[in-house]
Amino acid sequence: MVAATFSSDTDRKNAKTGALAIIGALAMLGMGYAAVPLYDLFCRVTGFGGTTQVATEAQANAAASFAATRDISIRFDASLSRDMPWEFAPTQSTDTVRIGQRDIATYIAKNESSEPITGTATFNVEPWQAGVYFHKIQCFCFTEQTLQPGEEVTMPVLYYIDPAILEDDTIADVEQITLSYTFHRAKEPVASALERSNSSSDQAS
Amino acid sequence: MATTADNFAPAAEATHDDHHDHKPSFFARWFMSTNHKDIGSLYLMFAIVAGIIGGAMSGVMRLELAEPGIQYLWWFAGSDPADIAAAGHMWNVFITGHGLIMVFFMVMPAMIGGFGNWFVPLMIGAPDMAFPRMNNISFWLTVVGFLSLLFSLFVPGNSIGNGAGVGWTVYAPLSTTGAPGPAVDFAIFSLHLAGAGSILGATNFITTIFNMRAPGMTLHKMPLFVWSVLVTAFLLLLALPVLAAAITMLLTDRNFGTTFFDPAGGGDPVLYQHLFWFFGHPEVYIMILPGFGMISQIIATFSRKPVFGYLGMAYAMVAIGVVGFIVWAHHMYTVGLDVNTKMYFTAATMVIAVPTGVKIFSWIATMWGGSMEFKSPMVWALGFIFLFTVGGVTGVVLANGGIDDNLHDTYYVVAHFHYVLSMGAVFSMFAGFYYWFPKMSGRMHSELLSHLHFWVFFVGVNVIFFPQHFLGMNGMPRRYPDYPEAFAFWNQVSSFGYVIMAASMLIFFANLAYAFLAGKKAANNPWGEGATTLEWTLTSPPPYHQFETLPVIEDHHDYHDHRPVTA
Ligand code: HEM
Ligand SMILES: [Cu+2]
Repeated sequence: MVAATFSSDTDRKNAKTGALAIIGALAMLGMGYAAVPLYDLFCRVTGFGGTTQVATEAQANAAASFAATRDISIRFDASLSRDMPWEFAPTQSTDTVRIGQRDIATYIAKNESSEPITGTATFNVEPWQAGVYFHKIQCFCFTEQTLQPGEEVTMPVLYYIDPAILEDDTIADVEQITLSYTFHRAKEPVASALERSNSSSDQAS
Repeated sequence: MATTADNFAPAAEATHDDHHDHKPSFFARWFMSTNHKDIGSLYLMFAIVAGIIGGAMSGVMRLELAEPGIQYLWWFAGSDPADIAAAGHMWNVFITGHGLIMVFFMVMPAMIGGFGNWFVPLMIGAPDMAFPRMNNISFWLTVVGFLSLLFSLFVPGNSIGNGAGVGWTVYAPLSTTGAPGPAVDFAIFSLHLAGAGSILGATNFITTIFNMRAPGMTLHKMPLFVWSVLVTAFLLLLALPVLAAAITMLLTDRNFGTTFFDPAGGGDPVLYQHLFWFFGHPEVYIMILPGFGMISQIIATFSRKPVFGYLGMAYAMVAIGVVGFIVWAHHMYTVGLDVNTKMYFTAATMVIAVPTGVKIFSWIATMWGGSMEFKSPMVWALGFIFLFTVGGVTGVVLANGGIDDNLHDTYYVVAHFHYVLSMGAVFSMFAGFYYWFPKMSGRMHSELLSHLHFWVFFVGVNVIFFPQHFLGMNGMPRRYPDYPEAFAFWNQVSSFGYVIMAASMLIFFANLAYAFLAGKKAANNPWGEGATTLEWTLTSPPPYHQFETLPVIEDHHDYHDHRPVTA
């Protein structure tokens, strides 16, 4: 028998196993970052966490042809993030719509500050299960809104409730859905923020 | 010829190896160490120091909670007694420091860095770890990480005071816009460092266990402690990078204007919770699996029987590890998950109770009909089984999405995770410590003091944590320094338990002092014929370099028994 000791053979094997392990760890690091777009996609597709859906005119017309005989109440909610010097409120606090029929609701926003401010609205619905049945055809939340000092605007949301909601046991007996918006100060993309801080430091020097 | 386990004479090896068993100088030995046993000792000493600091923080917390009102926090904050905000921030800093220290700088270094480094190579018959120099880097990364956390205590966390007051979970937006000071950056960086150290350590263990086993030591003959470290290493390798990603996003959200977790830029703070708990749930198993492994060795040793259902025990750990990755949202039942998602996570979480139950029943079956000896490691192991089961049962209660809506973020959860951690994990660490202390130091500790330590600690921690179930069920929320009068009684009892527990730690240190000053010399195998793994064939302490010729595990050695057939 040969003396059993570890050799350079083991060293080579170790280097390979070690490298595989590190690659595994790096892959998981990548997965961590990949979770960001995947989570966003997941929420949009499944209505997870009350994420509402975006519909085209054609889809809305198709839904309307299946319009049910039941009505549902929609409650409208508005709030502002802490650093947002706007006023923001729905013009109607509730609305009753026929399931499948499109409806329009409006919100009013006013810039109370003395500088132009760009806002972006986040949104969801409650109960969460309703997200996947809540379709918006048009919404002020699809784009950023810039208001001049003192400017007041009325902003529409065009939406309908998918008749498929009546076949979903976990929500069919819900009588009211709350649609909620929060306006935040729009964050500049990192690149332009950097550019601005560069140019301001240029000016300083 | 090969040294087989049959003719292997390790004690003789130590003598004839004497001429090349010399150790490096003090600085080289302890600061540039590449020896797995020295690094293991360093990790254990480090964990004890961190444990004292983390334990002292919880002492301050129990002191403050002993009575309603805020009595002491302002003193630590150096603020005006009327300044409630400063006291509140100080409280947040204490709970954050306590949690992070106990998880990342006490339990993990002791279990994996300490016992793992010491005994994985010995138990599989390897001369050292696969990458000894990387082992050294892992240790020092952990130390520097700890220093970064301690440093964070002395720099501003927010406009109110010094230190990071964000909880061990570091949730956004509290940790982003809610705490703009540099303390939080240092705390996050400390997790980066400790995490990097652990990932390198995990790589080292995986490589060692896959490639460095002695001839004949097949995977299915490995001691269960080695199995437990292998599974833990995989969990570390797959979970920690996700935490690293999440906290790096926190850092860039804080400092470089990204909006991963900021709705104003299209981000979502709940995403942080998903990422954190995708790491966090495996993390709780990272903290307990090595304990499972040690308990298996100890129960078998002191029942003088092989472990019942060896393969079931090994694969139960693998199953726990795998399922542990798909249950994370049971920590998030109240963020607004829909009914179906809650149903899934409830069911998946309960599934984990099955392999966990397999382990508990197998430990009991191992003892069944065995000739049991209640030596110090065994009483701690029995304490572990009892208390861990209590924590497992409250875990199954919390796993129910509907019930958790009420119990989430109450003291019931605090009681649950302390039963599995401060009792489960810590009892297994003391069991392992008393089991292997004679092997590591060459000295016997006092059995009397160890038993005394056990009973006083057992009473202490139960008096601390059992009443917290009542507080939680009555609605006392966690993470507050004050409470209404109605909760005063059980809080006082709980704080009284802390004093008992602290007294038991004095017994522990007295025992250590006794062992080093007056302890009897430990035999190669002080535990008798039940101790069948390879480390007991070596001297106590083992030679500086062991197994220079590898032991061979022959076919007729079964799963458990690695001793020479003829001694
Ligand atoms: C049968 C096994 C277990 C089940 C079903 C279980 C279930 C749960 C659930 C549902 C929660 C969340 C409660 C809440 O926040 O509302 C929780 C929290 C926790 N569990 Fe467990 N658990 C189990 C075992 C363990 C083990 C073995 C450990 C660690 C060794 C552990 C450590 C923790 C920790 C640290 C928390 C609190 C985390 C935090 O919020 O800071 N659990 N457990
Ligand atoms: Cu969990």
